[in-house]
Amino acid sequence: MPLIETGKLVDDAWVRLGDDDALPAADVPVIVSLARFHKDRDTLVGRNGGLGIWLASSQHPRDIADHLADFALVALDFPKFRDGRGFTIARELREHLGYRGVIRAVGHTLPDQYLALVRCGVTQVEIPEGRDPALWAHALTEISTAYQVSVAGPLSMARLSRHKKTEHAA
Amino acid sequence: MSPSAAARQIAPPANGLSSHAGIYHYDQVDRDFLKERVEQFRRQVARRLAGELTEDEFKPLRLMNGLYLQLHAYMLRIAVPYGILTSRQVRQFGVIARQYDKGFGHFTTRQNLQFNWIKLVDVPAILDLLAEVDMHAIQTSGNCIRNVTSDQFAGVASDEVVDPRHYAEILRQWSTLHPEFSFLPRKFKIAITGSSADRAAICIHDVGLIAKRDAEGAVGFEVYVGGGLGRTPFIAKKLRDFLPEDELIAYLEAVLRVYNAYGRRDNIYKARIKILVHELGIDTFRDEVEAEFARMPVAQYRLEPAILDGIRARFASQPYEVLEPISGVLARARLEDHAFNRWVRTNVAAHRQPGYAIATITLKPAGGIPGDVSAEQMDVIADLADRYSFGEIRVTHEQNLVLAHVRQDDLPALWKALADIGFGEANSGLITDIIACPGLDYCALANARSIPLAQRISERFADLDRQHDIGELKIKISGCINACGHHHVGHIGILGVDKKGVEAYQLTLGGSAAEVGAIGDIMGPALSADETLDAIDAVVGVYLDRRQDGERFLDTLARIGHTPFKDKVYAAH
Repeated sequence: MPLIETGKLVDDAWVRLGDDDALPAADVPVIVSLARFHKDRDTLVGRNGGLGIWLASSQHPRDIADHLADFALVALDFPKFRDGRGFTIARELREHLGYRGVIRAVGHTLPDQYLALVRCGVTQVEIPEGRDPALWAHALTEISTAYQVSVAGPLSMARLSRHKKTEHAA
Repeated sequence: MSPSAAARQIAPPANGLSSHAGIYHYDQVDRDFLKERVEQFRRQVARRLAGELTEDEFKPLRLMNGLYLQLHAYMLRIAVPYGILTSRQVRQFGVIARQYDKGFGHFTTRQNLQFNWIKLVDVPAILDLLAEVDMHAIQTSGNCIRNVTSDQFAGVASDEVVDPRHYAEILRQWSTLHPEFSFLPRKFKIAITGSSADRAAICIHDVGLIAKRDAEGAVGFEVYVGGGLGRTPFIAKKLRDFLPEDELIAYLEAVLRVYNAYGRRDNIYKARIKILVHELGIDTFRDEVEAEFARMPVAQYRLEPAILDGIRARFASQPYEVLEPISGVLARARLEDHAFNRWVRTNVAAHRQPGYAIATITLKPAGGIPGDVSAEQMDVIADLADRYSFGEIRVTHEQNLVLAHVRQDDLPALWKALADIGFGEANSGLITDIIACPGLDYCALANARSIPLAQRISERFADLDRQHDIGELKIKISGCINACGHHHVGHIGILGVDKKGVEAYQLTLGGSAAEVGAIGDIMGPALSADETLDAIDAVVGVYLDRRQDGERFLDTLARIGHTPFKDKVYAAH
């Protein structure tokens, strides 16, 4: 599926690996479930390609807290765009767990949610086939005022009353 | 109008906003934000009309902008932050009512205003008109933090400890397009008060805040969580006894994070925070919140004194005159005019400023529709606010309006002017001061009509002598179990149900949304509309027969129990 980063289409080198799929060539980065990770951890972290973890919206960041250093990417699933747990999971990964790798939103999200996703620490978003990527680019420019603290800034409440333009780039 | 009254009339400043109204005055950043938000919605509507958004995808987006699809048309719910308006804003409601609705608007239990006959294509233009007067429909619906509500006497009540308006404004800004909490399991309502008497129904909100002071005078908040009505009503439970002022936002973030992560998403009827609090238990819920709070970089979320000062500075203070605490004009008018005296007794409250009073305008004329105001009435009320109350109008959760800064000397003239437009009824807090949801006349969810029943009760009890004899008695009507009319906390609650395809009404007794909140008990089988009217008469009759000196309805009910009332109501059946 098309992949958006900082409002632009980017290539996706990552492969989502099913729990029973064979591993691809050693330099191909793979995204696996938590179950697969626990089963094949030694093999997975020993590969040259990057390792990503896929989290369901019902899974909790603390489930991967001890292994965050193993992951270059965390994929957060949005089974429906109305399921907003991923916003809290992303923010927690950044704010509490200090995760600095890629956070990718996968599943069903709307361009209208993109700015909020970015403000919660999401760096990449998979978009449905056939949708106009320009909508996502535009979404970053729609609202230039942020009234609250977020992991993508601002980092203090001082802007509550004396707010200024916010830096939106993650 | 006397010459002195004319001299006191406040000239609107260049920006058109009355400078003294107790609202937060927007700055350029707020206005730029609103413009961007309207443009964003305009594009969303265009994408929907072009088929680029499905109705399933568009629905939450329009709801977050206050737009519902009702039985006959779209309904647009306009945010009135903590219920305070300027006269200019009320006039703009009149403009919209004439141009885009059927000439009236409807004030709601959430202190908001609804237009019930709106076309989707007109909504962006209406939002432009609202933005002209610093208004919007943001987060008046949807699974997000809703428009914050408060005490309609905030800043003027004689029993107030802390003025809640500044904190309400902070909550408004903080919750506006919150990136993390815009797709919650369900809606989230916060109410705040700063008085010992609870006029904001704190106990039935997802989060209720009571601002207070500790022994050293420092401000903090008593925090309640998990209140709510609907099909599973709960009175809120206490989460914290004293949350320091500067931790308010950090702590609320922690509450919302726990809710967003753990609130149920499998069943819309179990998705409110009240169910999470109930299922976890308040102690476990509190442990989760405190654990999250302890992990947070609290310094980032701290409300520094400078931030509070910045917010306070954008509230104009009222230029009160130095007056005698007791007005001779008022005292004489009360002696001379029985009807006026009666209005003062029910509709006027004590003001903290000597010589001033708080006047409640009940939008409940005999036989009228609770909360409905015509464009013409809006214009008159706006003029009266300019003349008598520094251009400020407030909305109450009981679907009334308030002029919060009236000189006691001016009360007789104000009352006459209100009576001229049909809003001089001396019935605040009495049996005809009914809360009613829109019901089956408008709402797609309703089982039964609420408005015609409210009108019939209002007609049946129109005799003001009788109303004043009965005293405080709150009737609240909901057309379905979602309880928008707060029937659970009515002294007499009325719930519309569908009885084999026929509208029927189930009565409850003993509910209250005051300081000690209570959910009413069901009296018995549902009744027809005619039977409901007789049942209310019967309940009132038992109360009048059995009450002892000084007892209000709820006092008598507590003393003698529900049985005498039930026996009387169902004796005829």
